[in-house]
Amino acid sequence: MNKVLVSPSPHIHADVSTARIMRDVVIALLPSVVVSILYYGWSSVMLLAVSVITCILVEYLITRFLMKSQCTISDWSAAVTGVLLALNLPPACPWWVAMIGAIFAIGVVKMTFGGLGQNLFNPAIAARVFLLVSFPVAMTNWARPAGFINVDATSGATLLGTVKEGLAKGDSLSQIFAANDFSYLQTLFINIGGSAGEISAIAILIGFIYLLARKVIRPHITLSIWATVIVFSGIFWLVDLLWMKDVMIYTDPLFNLLTGGLLLGSVFMATDYVTSPMSTKGGIVFGVGIGLLTMLIRYFGSYPEGVSFAILIMNSVVPLINKAFKQKKYGRA
Amino acid sequence: MTTTIIWTIVAVTLMGLLLAVVLYLVAKRFKVEEDPRIDEVEKVMPGANCGGCGFAGCRAFAQSCVEAPNLDNNFCPVGGNEVMKKVAAVLGMEVTEKAPMVAVVRCNGTCENRPKTNEYGGYQSCKVKAALYSGDTGCPFGCLGCGDCVAACQFGALSMDPVTGLPVVDEEKCTGCGACVRACPKNIIELRNKGPKGRRVFVSCVNKDKGAVARKACKAACIGCGKCEKECPFGAITVENNVAYIDFNKCRLCRKCVVVCPTGAIHDVNFPAPAQKPAPKPAPKPAAAETPAAAKSVPVTETPAEEKQVAEKPAAENNEKNKEHQI
Amino acid sequence: MKKTFSIGGVHPNDSKIAAGSKIETLPLPKTVFISMNQHLGAPAKPTVAPGDRVKTGQIIGEPGGFISAYVHSSVTGTVKSVGPYKDLAGNYAVHVEIAVEPDEWMDGIDTSATLVKEIPEDRQFIVDRIKNNGVVGLGGATFPTHVKLCPPPEKKAECLILNGAECEPYLTSDYRIMLEQSEKIVIGAAIMKKVLGVSRAVIGIEENKPEAVSKMSAAVASLQSSAKGYDGIEVMVLKKKYPQGGEKQLIDAVMHRQVKSMGLPIDVGAVVQNVGTSLAVYDAVQKNMPLITNVLTVTGTCLPAGRQKNYLFRIGVPLSFIAEYDGGIPEEAVKVVSGGPMMGKAISNMEATTLKGSSSLLYLTEEQTARKPESNCIRCGKCVEACPMGLEPYLLNKLARNNMMDDLEQNAIQDCIECGCCLYSCPANIPLLDVIRVAKGEVIRAMRARTAPKK
Repeated sequence: MNKVLVSPSPHIHADVSTARIMRDVVIALLPSVVVSILYYGWSSVMLLAVSVITCILVEYLITRFLMKSQCTISDWSAAVTGVLLALNLPPACPWWVAMIGAIFAIGVVKMTFGGLGQNLFNPAIAARVFLLVSFPVAMTNWARPAGFINVDATSGATLLGTVKEGLAKGDSLSQIFAANDFSYLQTLFINIGGSAGEISAIAILIGFIYLLARKVIRPHITLSIWATVIVFSGIFWLVDLLWMKDVMIYTDPLFNLLTGGLLLGSVFMATDYVTSPMSTKGGIVFGVGIGLLTMLIRYFGSYPEGVSFAILIMNSVVPLINKAFKQKKYGRA
Repeated sequence: MTTTIIWTIVAVTLMGLLLAVVLYLVAKRFKVEEDPRIDEVEKVMPGANCGGCGFAGCRAFAQSCVEAPNLDNNFCPVGGNEVMKKVAAVLGMEVTEKAPMVAVVRCNGTCENRPKTNEYGGYQSCKVKAALYSGDTGCPFGCLGCGDCVAACQFGALSMDPVTGLPVVDEEKCTGCGACVRACPKNIIELRNKGPKGRRVFVSCVNKDKGAVARKACKAACIGCGKCEKECPFGAITVENNVAYIDFNKCRLCRKCVVVCPTGAIHDVNFPAPAQKPAPKPAPKPAAAETPAAAKSVPVTETPAEEKQVAEKPAAENNEKNKEHQI
Repeated sequence: MKKTFSIGGVHPNDSKIAAGSKIETLPLPKTVFISMNQHLGAPAKPTVAPGDRVKTGQIIGEPGGFISAYVHSSVTGTVKSVGPYKDLAGNYAVHVEIAVEPDEWMDGIDTSATLVKEIPEDRQFIVDRIKNNGVVGLGGATFPTHVKLCPPPEKKAECLILNGAECEPYLTSDYRIMLEQSEKIVIGAAIMKKVLGVSRAVIGIEENKPEAVSKMSAAVASLQSSAKGYDGIEVMVLKKKYPQGGEKQLIDAVMHRQVKSMGLPIDVGAVVQNVGTSLAVYDAVQKNMPLITNVLTVTGTCLPAGRQKNYLFRIGVPLSFIAEYDGGIPEEAVKVVSGGPMMGKAISNMEATTLKGSSSLLYLTEEQTARKPESNCIRCGKCVEACPMGLEPYLLNKLARNNMMDDLEQNAIQDCIECGCCLYSCPANIPLLDVIRVAKGEVIRAMRARTAPKK
């Protein structure tokens, strides 16, 4: 016995650490990263590299020189933000946009609140919305750069965007779908257009299963978002189907689930520890809120996609949810 | 276009009026009547809200001053006599002057004097550490070194010395508010008279163990030998529970005790430099380590049984405290 | 469907390495130190003085209050001193030091091995025997058993729960006594059932101890068929989840009832006793044998397989003597824990003595036990998920560090059972329980101070 250590109980610790959790998130994102690189090629590699490196660098500089505190880049959280941000950008987006987004995400959204664990909003989502508002053209340019695998798709817009545009013109859904060769199989593997992380539902679901298996996240938030989206859009779609069969304008639940950023958002962004509620009950309320807001924006808003806004809005009420929806306490009614 | 503008103006004006009425009603409904003198007293307070007076903050203290029949029980240690005079002037009362106090750390268990016997691996807080066990050295009474006192001090007067592992009081900044005294779970820090020109003599040890035990744990421990008690011409020193204590109201700063102390546990501060040379304090280790062996064992065996039991009491209390945490 | 408690819990690796080691009797050292403070409540008052000769089983300390217990000499010998001696945390407590001589038992103690199945009819006789033989709860809290078995008359017990969960990793002493002393434990349960006047007694055992389950079930069946007074005793298999053996959690698992905040188990009709206590009750009532021995596990992954032991020790044997007898403290160990790794106490003074409630000497290596540096809370909610009381440790930690006493009380810090699940599961290594434990003590003191004048 070389030294005697004394500390309060417990004397053992579970095999968990912040770095391990964050690393697991990065691993879970890998399938989506691979898909995006395959389909969007070098431009996707470039966005990922710029975004991740900028995030880590900014966090390093701020902790080192501004906060003069312990450097936190080794906990992988900056890398997670970087990857998520890159996956949220249109593939043809210029590299400097990604860089500005990364600086905003870490520099403003995360570090001004005190760094890891203190931020009110999810840095990647907030940065995406910031970019969308600041650079609307770059952020909605869905042109497809050449990838390593060429897919025979010509369209340059997201599915949701196409639908919204078509509806604005007065077309019905069936007309829009017919004009765009839409099939559900496509959404599972490669969307017609969209940000790097949105193109493959399967890749995201693999990541989701990995996160669940590693017990990094619990499924309640994600599932409650999906359930809300299905129920909400289901009601509209059914009403449409029964009484307005010829001129349907509300897309069906499956379409809503598989298109746009819903999967990416519900699996990776809404489940972000820092910006989601603590208790299971709170998580469900949070998820339902995101689902509702997303569908309201998609159906009635001026933007074709609303997941980012929905998550951002719900992020802002998390402290309230934490206050209102507490875990059930033992022996207290 | 014009109608829109007009409607906007009308709507906003109406809303403004409505809210003004609501605000007025709320202000009226929840108005609290207060003695205006409280504000006046608060103005002359230092405004640190340190709680050194025993109240939650300066305003609470001011309120208590206003309500009390005299100022005997209220004293602002931070502002001292000056502030109290101002308070008395505001309230038209009398105030008696008090001697300025300063926090004194009564432990000299430096890393060198008091070797570590184990390593503490929990939350760095004296409170937590004290609740867990007797500490990471052989001395169960001494400083735990996690700096609860430093955290408690609002005036930046305390700092941990990285070499000794003990807190150091900056006399210039210390206001004598007593926050550190309350924060210390081992009751090591004491408020003592600052003394003329800051000159003080005090026993820098609170170890209640018998001499041999105390000495084994810490080279600088008070062994309760009683030499100082016999030496003191003013009866200011008492040895109780194997530890000496100097009553600062009786002490005349003659420093005879400092010279006789075999372990250098009695410290004198702020005295002119030359006087310190003959004192054994600067080199306590070689000289003090051997000679006092006989001296310390004699009074220890003489310690009557009742006194021993008194000595045990604090330890038993400590146990009680621990137990409450465990329940 | 195996039963378990409904809120929170964690699943540490159970590491019951010493489970296969039969209980061995530890020899006696030259000197024993018997603490007067080995139970919850007021310390006992020593009734012997230096120079006195004491026999094995003789009373050497009498209760110092209502919640207190008798202390007996575990050896025969001469009292060398009575006075303060450091406990395992280095704090002083009154101990009686006895120089050991060959055993000479007090009169009236039945040291034979015959199993006494007949349960005494007189309840008062049983309670007196339990009290006079110094039986205390051996599940960790060492609450005097006779007090627990005599609830106030307005409160009615409905079910006796015997805690054989042993949910703490590493510990195997309860498991070994369930294997080797199964019948005595069941008789002890029947005796307590008799005192409480309840019709049902449940022995809860975690699923990771199938042999104990079958042994105990067999013991219940054989006693039910051969003697009177054993009806209504059943063995219940519980899920493996920490803290299954927590009093409140066990009641939830077995009876689906929850004790109210600051309440006692008797409020919901439950009395929980450890299997070790049950064995002590058997000895005390059927054999008039005071509680002077207990079983202790010596274990740890850094200990070779041959040195994983379960010892029957005399209370008062110094910890260092046990460690030496077992071959010394292994080189790789940095921490020695008395009790389990989740709730046990780290020992800073190996010269301290064993107590009635001592259950293990657990050696942990640096890698297993050293705390990693604290980082920012990432609000993952793992502590909230893990807390078996449904509290929010992350919040309590923040409130406690800011000294917000009222908010702490509103957020039920006083309900904390200090099981350690929060700190165990925190990925940021925040010392949640360290902070919460101390703040809880302060809040409870404040609450008591508030209610005291009203009485």
